[in-house]
Amino acid sequence: MTGIITYGAYIPRYRIRLEEIARVWGDNAQDIIGGLGVREKSLPDVDEDTATIAVEAARGALARREIDPAEIGAVYVGSESHPYAVKPTACTVGEAIGATPNMTAADYEFACKAGTAGIQACMGLVGAGMVTYGLAIGSDVAQGAPSDALEYTAAAGGAAFLIGNRDPIAEIHRTVSFTTDTPDFWRREGQTYPSHGGRFTGDPGYFKHVQGAARLMFEQTGKSATDYDYAVFHQPNAKFPRRVAHLLGFTPEQIEPGLVVPTLGNTYSGATMIGLAATLDMAKPGDRIFVTSFGSGAGADSFDIEVTDAIEAETFRRGGAPTVRQLLSNPIYVDYARYARHKGKIVMQ
Amino acid sequence: MRDVAVIGIGCTTFGEKWETSFRDLFLEAGALALEDAQLSGERIDALYVGNMSAGRFVEQEHVGALIADYAGMASRHIPSTRVESACCSGSLAFRQAVIAVASGLEEIVVAAGVEKMTDVETSISVDALAAAADREWEGFVGATFPGLYAMIATDYMHRYPLTREQLAMVAVKNHYNGARNPIAQFHSEITVDTVLRSPLVADPLRLFDCSPITDGAAAVILAPLERAREFTDAPIKVLATAQASDTIALHDRRDISTLDATVVAARRAYEMAGLTPAAIDLVEVHDCFTIAEICAIEDLGFCAKGEAGRLTEEGETALNGRIPVNTSGGLKACGHPVGATGIKQVAEIVQQLRGDAGRRQVDGAEIGMTQNVGGTGASVAVHIFGRA
Amino acid sequence: MSVPRFWRKIPQRYNLIGTQCTSCERRFYPPRSFCPDCRRSGVIEPYRFQGKGEVVTFTVIRSASDAFEQQTPFVLAIIRLDEGPRVTVQVVVEDVSEARIGMRVRSVFRRIGTEGESGVIHYGTKFVPDVPYAE
Repeated sequence: MTGIITYGAYIPRYRIRLEEIARVWGDNAQDIIGGLGVREKSLPDVDEDTATIAVEAARGALARREIDPAEIGAVYVGSESHPYAVKPTACTVGEAIGATPNMTAADYEFACKAGTAGIQACMGLVGAGMVTYGLAIGSDVAQGAPSDALEYTAAAGGAAFLIGNRDPIAEIHRTVSFTTDTPDFWRREGQTYPSHGGRFTGDPGYFKHVQGAARLMFEQTGKSATDYDYAVFHQPNAKFPRRVAHLLGFTPEQIEPGLVVPTLGNTYSGATMIGLAATLDMAKPGDRIFVTSFGSGAGADSFDIEVTDAIEAETFRRGGAPTVRQLLSNPIYVDYARYARHKGKIVMQ
Repeated sequence: MRDVAVIGIGCTTFGEKWETSFRDLFLEAGALALEDAQLSGERIDALYVGNMSAGRFVEQEHVGALIADYAGMASRHIPSTRVESACCSGSLAFRQAVIAVASGLEEIVVAAGVEKMTDVETSISVDALAAAADREWEGFVGATFPGLYAMIATDYMHRYPLTREQLAMVAVKNHYNGARNPIAQFHSEITVDTVLRSPLVADPLRLFDCSPITDGAAAVILAPLERAREFTDAPIKVLATAQASDTIALHDRRDISTLDATVVAARRAYEMAGLTPAAIDLVEVHDCFTIAEICAIEDLGFCAKGEAGRLTEEGETALNGRIPVNTSGGLKACGHPVGATGIKQVAEIVQQLRGDAGRRQVDGAEIGMTQNVGGTGASVAVHIFGRA
Repeated sequence: MSVPRFWRKIPQRYNLIGTQCTSCERRFYPPRSFCPDCRRSGVIEPYRFQGKGEVVTFTVIRSASDAFEQQTPFVLAIIRLDEGPRVTVQVVVEDVSEARIGMRVRSVFRRIGTEGESGVIHYGTKFVPDVPYAE
């Protein structure tokens, strides 16, 4: 059965507290923190971007399991902050993990769910026997305009999942998607920062699509929330995934391990992927994980995942790469000025 | 091989020479050298010019022909050759000229050096100079020249008893000498405090540990020793010419704090001259950074490894010391027009050996030496001179 | 650095692929295609370095060329890779005063520089202190 062969995550060490952002814009920090359920967010070092994060996540995945990179026949990087508008991040990743040249590669963009779209593409290729392994990555140095609501959460990070059918650590029993044309959040060509529909992003965007995909999965599998040990949802803030989990019948305990947004922020294409990685960091054989991503524009991908014995076998070294909790520990806090410099928000001559 | 003598020297003043072009710089130095040798330009048989990066600094290559042309020698069609070896270009032009005369192939030869560095912005000149290191594996990752020498300093200070103050004393001493040299870029004396309070450029090196960006040219005229007295009453004999190379990148050196190319070139020069370090009365060394002078003093054999800081502190390298180093003010205070530096060093030694060095004259100087470095020590030339 | 020059060395810069002389087993990074010891009798083949090493010497670059000016101050170091050769690299530390001779370092994938605002991005290898993650 097709599933996850190995995985890796990467989060830059830098953090900015939401109080610091609120201080700069004269906003009430406690209102914002309370409203979002987010206390701090990650940001890249001056020499980190979506490609470097993607490479570190992919190398982490390969550090956990002995895989011949030449057998990786597909590399897909999902992001809305690819370093180039034209020239694939996936080629850089492929080269940096030694998977080139006998592979297919492409960059995906579907707002925050481009990474899970990559997983689906890899599942298709593996299932069709076209490739032995496919690598799907969600990575972003997320953009939010200064003083915009997005700025409080837009974060940096990514995760990589190697998809294949040879002794996976977690089987993906099924994936379904729910997609419509919904302009809740967008970025026009040539614009530096995305725009969004404010409260419109909620019900017509996130909640409609996440529930649409999740209920479609329930319908097709005949399962419900109680059949799962864990659930991971896209987490633009802590409030949305908590509410949608509740609406779908999941308990706070089920989503807790994968809810990393309070101390990470929203890593856009990386968000659901890092949440899944954090869940796999502590999962045991037999655990069932329900995953639903969300991408504005809009769509959601649901996955029905079951952890196998391979996650505790000698061939898989979970400790071979840092866990998400480890990546979130030991942060370096910066002020807004340093944050602006790291994010390239200062116009240089 | 026949003996060779320097019969004339000429240097422009060194500094930011906004009104003088590349070709005029050379012309000025050349004219001074001809005048010094009481020679007409028509008698020049060949020309060697040291120049590091006219292509980057003034977007001009083919410098040999250009210089000969603007020196009015085009109609005589003399051979004119540019020599490039980064900051060692001047010395190697000199060495080529010595070899040409010694071989008997040429009679009267001009060896010159010229660099016009201020026609581009500082960041461009910094980048042009970084080309003297390994662009692919040093420059690519952000190495600057001060950065590379700073890594020598870090290694040196970790292994040997050199204090930050002693390092500063190199600059203080060279500024003292420079203040007594009419062509020097800087005429101000400084203190240890001046150095220690200047901004860090590449730790532990500060601004006053670094040689400046300079425009300037220097020229010397060579002739067979047997004919030298046709032109001058005080010919200076070239006792030795030596050159050595090493790895282009600092990281590949046998020992980061030793310039093996200096050690080897010096050994070859001492052998050729039949002398030991004790015979040398004064030396011009390549102090592109203060740490470079510390290494040079040791690598040339004037003291053991690790002792140059103390030697400097005790005044042994001052004008009246046991072995005066950089009486011209060195690259630090006299200035460092890279291609011209090696020739200026020769001119300084010649002036000293003639007894013409004025307020910076070393009493009774009879034997002098020059040491000129390209890159972080990938090329080194050492010359020894004596009164004829 | 021009596009062909950067491109030619992408495997070497991304993945620390150097060379080794099969005659004397001496390893080279940066790669050499000619062994200085065995000369023409040496056979050179690619060799992949593990990306761990130790700082031999270092400096803090405070004033850089244009391409690196926005990264200053940064630590530049010569490190000795565990397999033998020494190489000049950037060591990424939060506080430049953390740099030490003898510090253990491991490789990471970073942006080295860019050809201006619209030119290609030079990715490559930098190093970070090799400290274990918190449990």
